[in-house]
This record gives sequence, C-alpha cells and structure tokens, in this order.
Amino acid sequence: MSERLAVRFAALKADNRAGFIAYVMAGDPDLERSWELLRRLPEAGADVVELGFPFTDPTADGPSIEMAGRRALAAGTTLDGVLDLARRFRSEHPDTPLILMGYANPIHRRSWGGFAEQAANAGVDGAIVVDLPPEEDEGLRIAMAARNLALIRLAAPTTDENRLPVVVEKATGFLYYISVTGVTGTGSGATEVVAQGLERLRRKSDLPVVVGFGVRAPEHAESLARHADAVVVGSAIVEAMHEGGLDAALALVSRLADATHAARAGATT
Amino acid sequence: MSPSNVMSAVPDKDGRFGAFGGRFVAETLMPLVLEVEKAYAAAKDDAGFQPEFDAFLKDYVGRPSPMYFAERLTEHFDGARIWFKRDELNHTGAHKINNCLGQILLAKRMGKTRIIAETGAGQHGVATAAVAARFGLPCIVYMGEEDMRRQRPNVFRMKLLGAEVRGVKSGTATLKDAMNAAMRDWVAHVDDTFYVIGTVAGPHPYPAMVRDFQAVIGHEARTQILEREGRLPDACVACIGGGSNAIGLFHAFLEDDAVRLIGVEAAGEGISTGKHAASLTGGAPGVLHGSRTYILQNDDGQVVDAHSISAGLDYPGIGPEHAWLKELGRVEYVSATDAEALEMFQLCSRKEGILPALEPAHALARTGDLAKKIGRDGLIVMNMCGRGDKDVFTVADALGAEI
Repeated sequence: MSERLAVRFAALKADNRAGFIAYVMAGDPDLERSWELLRRLPEAGADVVELGFPFTDPTADGPSIEMAGRRALAAGTTLDGVLDLARRFRSEHPDTPLILMGYANPIHRRSWGGFAEQAANAGVDGAIVVDLPPEEDEGLRIAMAARNLALIRLAAPTTDENRLPVVVEKATGFLYYISVTGVTGTGSGATEVVAQGLERLRRKSDLPVVVGFGVRAPEHAESLARHADAVVVGSAIVEAMHEGGLDAALALVSRLADATHAARAGATT
Repeated sequence: MSPSNVMSAVPDKDGRFGAFGGRFVAETLMPLVLEVEKAYAAAKDDAGFQPEFDAFLKDYVGRPSPMYFAERLTEHFDGARIWFKRDELNHTGAHKINNCLGQILLAKRMGKTRIIAETGAGQHGVATAAVAARFGLPCIVYMGEEDMRRQRPNVFRMKLLGAEVRGVKSGTATLKDAMNAAMRDWVAHVDDTFYVIGTVAGPHPYPAMVRDFQAVIGHEARTQILEREGRLPDACVACIGGGSNAIGLFHAFLEDDAVRLIGVEAAGEGISTGKHAASLTGGAPGVLHGSRTYILQNDDGQVVDAHSISAGLDYPGIGPEHAWLKELGRVEYVSATDAEALEMFQLCSRKEGILPALEPAHALARTGDLAKKIGRDGLIVMNMCGRGDKDVFTVADALGAEI
C-alpha cells in the first residue's frame, strides 16, 4: 500500500486526531482554477486529497458533483489533464496523499495497466473507482498494487455481514464507508447508525476507516470524526467553489478541517 | 469452439458473456443486485413461477403473438418471403411488456412495494406502468425531457395508468440520462424498490433475466414458422437499441447454425457523420450502466451522445450478450439510417396496413435488402416489435406535415 497514506494515517493516529479528506473536481470550472484550489487544500487543513476526474454518466453522484463534472468536461478536461494536476500537486506537496476518484470507463479506455503506470508517474497514491466493486476490480487492483498504489474499496450500509469479508479481503490503503444509502451529497444517516457501520468495518479490518458521501457541515464532520479515522467532504466544497469561488471553498475546507481535527477529547491541534 | 456449443452456458456465475457483462455498480447497489440474482434463480426453480408468467402472457399480454406473412412487402421487394413476428400486437403495443411482467412478478415475490423504470420511447414506461397498475404497485418512470417532447402520447398514457413520470434534464435528456436517474433513485431506496430495467443491459442478472423473459418471442416464432413454412427461416432480423427484442427473437435460433441472425442498429444521420446510435458498428468496449459492453465513447472514455430519430434506439450502449455474439460472429450487426427508417415506416403502412414503430422500421430496411439478395426461395422472419402510433408526431415533423 502507498507509503504516503500509511505514514499520514499513522501520524493522525499518534496525534489521536481524525483526518480531514477534501474532495475537489479536477477541471471545475477549468483546470487552472481547480489547480488554485487543489494546491491550497493542504494549508487549509486537508490531510488527504481526493481529486475527482469527470465522467459523463456519474450514476452514484448527486447533482452537485454531477454538475461539477459537466462543467469540467465542458471546459475540455481530460484524464491527461487531471494527471497533470496530480503531478503539479506532488511537486508542491511531497507528503500529502493524493487519491484519484471517479468511474471505471475513462480508466478502462486506456487500460488498467496504462492508467496505473501513469498515475504512479504522476505521484498519485491510489484511486477510488465507484463502479468497480470487489467482483470487478481485480484487473485494476493488481495493476495498481504492482506500482504500490492503493485501490480503495467502499462499504455501504447495505453491505451486510455476509458480504463484508468480500469487501475487506484484498482491500488496500483505507476502507471508505458510504454514510448514506444514496448518492453523494444527499445528507447522511444518524451518527449512531454510521458509527455502528464503522464499527462493523473495524471488527473485520485493520485498515484505517474513512467516512463520506453525505457529510456537509462542520458539526456533522465533527460528530463523525469521533468514530472514523478520517472524514471526507466533497459536494459541499464543490458547491462552495461554484457559488462562492476559491476563497469560499477554502474557508469551508478550513472550518471542516478544524471541526474534524478538534472532535476527539484531548486532540492536540 | 463453435458458437453452437457455448450458447446455453452463458452468462457464467459472474454474469459474464465472454469478456462482456459483469456487475459494474456502486457497492451500495451490489447487495441488491445479488439479491435480485438470488431471487430470480429461486423463481426459476419454483414450479409456480413459469405457469403464472405464462398465464399472464396469454390472457393479459395476448400471447402468442401472430406470425404474419407480409405478402405485399414480399411482392414489393420481389425476393424472399417476409414474415412478421407481430409483437406490436401485444398489450401496450410492443415487446416490452413481456419483460415488465416477468420482472414485476419477481418484484412481488421479493416483497418489493415500489417500482421504478427508465424509458426512452416510452414503450417500456407504458408497459411497466400498466403491469404495476395491474398489481397495485406505485410506479415512477424516469424519462429524458427530450424524449418526453418526442413521445407526448406515451407520457400521458403512463399518467393515465397511474405512474408518476419524472423528467430528466441532465445530459442529452434521453434514455441514458433516464437510466442514470433511475439508478440514483434505486441507490436511495434500496429497501422497498425494484428497478425494472427495460432492456438486456445493466448489471447481472438483468441482461440474462430480461433475455429469458423476452425469449418467448423466438420460441413462438420458431414453432410458428415451422408450422407455416415447414422449415426454419434463412434469416431472422430485428432492430437493436439496447437489444431486448433482438435477443428475444434470436435466442431460440442461436444453435440453428444455418439461420442467419441480423441485428439492425440505428445509423442516425449516417455512421460516418458521428450522429448515430450504432454502438457495435461505431463504438468500442467500455463500462456503462453496470456492464462491460460496446459503447459510444471518445478517446478519453467519455460517453458520446447517441442520435436516432427513434427514441427507443437512442442509446449509446448495447446489451453485453450482443457484444459477445458480435465477437463470436454468430450475429451480424448492420445499421439503417433515420431516412431509411422513415421511408420504411411509410412503405409498411401503405403496403401492409401496419404502422410500424420507427424502431422495427430500421429492421425492415435491411430485411428488404436481404429479401432481394437471397431471392424468392428465401424465408425471413422480422420482429415487428412495436407499433408506430406513438411515432406519428415524430414522423409528421420529419415529413413536414401538420397534424
């Protein structure tokens, strides 16, 4: 598994802090402006960055990320352009893990191995591919593993006890718990219920457990940060960038990161 | 390996037709997809399921659909004898209801209380709405707003049948976007909802399950043509969007090596213009809507908009079994343009007194060519999979007629 991810999660654990993971869409509203946001995420408090790459048919995303992807595509964003952003990020931020997140087809189009090679060269640490469940991820997983990259697996509230072993076996990097039975950005289940879901994952795996999909507000991130190793926010940041621009997006990232970092009693910030 | 030895072995346990198919869905949906697979396997093993399905096919759908000798079109093309498998005479006007009935019977067995569907031309939406009404289940149909505009009569039909039609604005506002919206609804309502997919696409088990429910078309056709002509046809022809009517017709003939099977995709304004919906002829392997199959896409793996005058063929993907049959070479895949479909729509109306849907009008274009080519001793079965009443506005627009 990616060294950078392991080091970052170990450091968070040593500090007794939950990490904050910021998702942004590459190319929204265009590559250069998304770069200005991306490069500032670490200083705004993001411990890990998820860089979304657009797809025409994002069936697991709500309207915010879907529209961000459409804007990115309208601006001519390609996977090569996204990988170039990753390369620039890596040269400015040698220690912050960077994960690419999106759908299978743009990757499949250039072959699993070709993508893994290019991602490794760009300094990426792993990928989350929403429509590659464990049953379908072998080709990409092996190609990623050969280059020491993680292929992050997701678990959902619908992932029952029988299925959970299938998900955690061969998982790398961290486990991503989908906090809501729904698409991205649509609100989350009650904290107690999510906490139970996270606990189920912990019983089955030693990997860090991260929660996301429905998290929007700092208070919400804070309450989940008591139960997870890291909290992901995407749609709310994407909306802030679209509606309020760079400063609004960064201000939100700071609030979310602060709330996440301060969640645990005795947290040292 | 000759094709005829492997036909009955697909898909495998992972839903693969060779390199195609599978279950490319978000983890949230995986347990549901597995639940549908399990429930469908149990239904197939249950001695009560098939008789219940057959009884509704007979009395509610009106099966078997007739096999009709299209005498005047045969004379017109002056070649092979052309027979129509008349699935346009089914209740709700197309082959779609065969599948809706099967899936909703399954949904009932699974205790699901809410039905969702996507629709392009509206035929699948109407059929789903009808069967949902029959079984007292609430039904929500996602439909692209562009398709709602093109298919106004079907929108109102669905409403009369008690369904809620939800317009989808995103993308090209056509079938692919309706399918995206339906998948999002399904993700958000996993406990009570059954998603009735309208074609042989989607994650396993849908391509196999929809094929099984539509296979009645070919089983009837094979028996009927043997009765009427005393032999198997030289060719079976069907139009292809997602590919359910074609698979339905072809399946009973797959192992009859002497029967040519021909799928007709929508060439729109012409394959070379890029404005078409011919995934097999003009696409490449990719991952969309739950399966690996041929899709229309650009070099960066973004899905390209399909184009066809026929809303029912206006889809950038195709069922994975067709992708496999193409690579095996068992089925020939060709195409017909918007202009050819319009011409055939009018020809069939005048020669046979049958308004064909624009979808099978595509099939008729290649049926005519083939009839001439194989000559008077030949025999062709074409699936008249839908009626054209829904298309009169589109055809009037295209012909510049006021109605």
